[in-house]
Amino acid sequence: MSITINVSHNIGKFSLDADFSIAGPGITALFGPSGSGKTTIINIIAGLTRPQRGHVQLNEHVLFDHARSINVPVRKRRVGYVFQDARLFPHLSVRDNLYYGAKRNPVKLSAPDQQEIIDMLGIRELLDRLPSNLSGGEKQRIALGRALLANPDVLLLDEPLSALDQARKEEILPYFENLRDQRKLPILYVSHAIDEVARLADQMVVIENGQTLASGSVFDMLGRTDLAPLAGQFDTGTVLPARIASRDPKAQVSFLETAGQRIVVPYLGQPVNTQVRIHIRARDVLISRTPPEGLSANNIIPVTIIRMTESTENTVDVSLAFGHDTDALHAGTAPDRPILHARITSWSSGRLNLGLHQKVFAVIKSVTVNGNLRDH
Amino acid sequence: MISLTPAEIDALLLSLRISGVAVACALPIAVLTATALALGRFPGRFILDAIVHLPLILPPVVMGYLLLIGFGTRAPLGAWLYETFDIRFVFSWTGAALASAIVSFPFQVRAIRLSLENINHGLYQAAESLGAGPIDRFFSLTLPLAWPGIIAGAITAFAASLGEFGAIITFVSNVPGETRTLPLAIYTAIQTPGGELAAARLAALSIGLAFAGLMLSELAMRRIRKRAAS
Repeated sequence: MSITINVSHNIGKFSLDADFSIAGPGITALFGPSGSGKTTIINIIAGLTRPQRGHVQLNEHVLFDHARSINVPVRKRRVGYVFQDARLFPHLSVRDNLYYGAKRNPVKLSAPDQQEIIDMLGIRELLDRLPSNLSGGEKQRIALGRALLANPDVLLLDEPLSALDQARKEEILPYFENLRDQRKLPILYVSHAIDEVARLADQMVVIENGQTLASGSVFDMLGRTDLAPLAGQFDTGTVLPARIASRDPKAQVSFLETAGQRIVVPYLGQPVNTQVRIHIRARDVLISRTPPEGLSANNIIPVTIIRMTESTENTVDVSLAFGHDTDALHAGTAPDRPILHARITSWSSGRLNLGLHQKVFAVIKSVTVNGNLRDH
Repeated sequence: MISLTPAEIDALLLSLRISGVAVACALPIAVLTATALALGRFPGRFILDAIVHLPLILPPVVMGYLLLIGFGTRAPLGAWLYETFDIRFVFSWTGAALASAIVSFPFQVRAIRLSLENINHGLYQAAESLGAGPIDRFFSLTLPLAWPGIIAGAITAFAASLGEFGAIITFVSNVPGETRTLPLAIYTAIQTPGGELAAARLAALSIGLAFAGLMLSELAMRRIRKRAAS
């Protein structure tokens, strides 16, 4: 499974130059501020917008090629599109909405697969209703089901959660996580919410002003401190895969393990050994030169400074590798070692006299844990 | 209950038949025209729009005169239809239906177009991404979503064509049992000495019919608005 896009398109003064490719299943986030051209990119992949130049390819199928005058019609592209505003057909029942694409697609999913999708989305009891009687979250689940039942080659999600309040988002996010973990389907997920991206995405493409700024794994990209123009929204941080090692319901805490390091978080409902993701924002990390004592923060991790970058607003972004064994880091024998990012003021940095290769302690004020919340 | 004379009952039934045939024949053309006007982007769209609305503005007598020129048995088109298909419009109820259809056509197009323009364009994109081609989309989305507008247009046009007078009397004259519809019967009654009571009865009947038509059409329009809001 792969998508390659290399197009340019001008709308008035706005010019879009998208150039990236994605391989394999999983969720790729198209991340960038509003108006950066994210939706235009997926409209180009879907065929709803015809770019002025370039090439779009999905697996072995060329969907668009300006030079060869190829432009496959939308209905033959086999893309599943979930719009921001659901766009359910108001005159059809939920069931007829769900099967609208399935009926028209020559390559059908098996009946058990179809039933599995309906169960996964928890929409079986809604089948006989009309869209006007559904909540926003339910509408988005039906829209997702409708796209999936059509058996697409790629799923395009255009900010599917942006019209929902936080409670509804929490209701839907687990379904996207299931989708990522269970279906072998590449998913392009447009979002300007870093929390959603950190929680869901495997790959990430950063778009600004119509240009592809960077692309790569979400673990790498979220640690990038150079994506400065987006700083406010981008909110540099660290995403790490972790495992629930043990939990203590009485004390209301859970202990996670990531790369040999134990991290304490508020109690989680999931069983021991569940894989979760933790998201630590750079501004929630403090640096101490000595092992701190008497702090309310639970997590104190020995780390080594491997990079320091001055950023524009009198702050310094400090990259910290787990552990104090600097030799291994120097020798490059620990490439997979997790790297934590801290954002501190230039003044603090000068006061502590921080420098490269120093062994310090990272104090983590708060950790966001994202996991499959359905399994408790 | 008002008791009607056989001639008056003839006029009522003839009116209903002429209006029914006029609306039924014009409806498919109205749907296509409204679709072209609402969704199409083509040169000459403005001119088509103007032509469709012309019968609303033109004096009905002028419409009747134009029909006479176009479809009279000695006019080229009328002569050809008469010789080829044995269709004669002049002095015939089919001519009255043709006049009614043309005069009430704008009412249909306007109502259908309004309901078509109310359809969220994004639904077409969604349907397209799910594999539906243009004809498929027309039958699976456009028609069902515009249905209340189509019904409303048909009812309004039916009510309007029941009242058509000028175009009919100019084009097909006032032949009892053939082209003498309710309005023409009222006109004849008024022209006849002692016909005042008959004229009043028929006028009351006309008012009742028009009122029922408008109420039905309003009900259908309410359904459109309700659906557009959901």
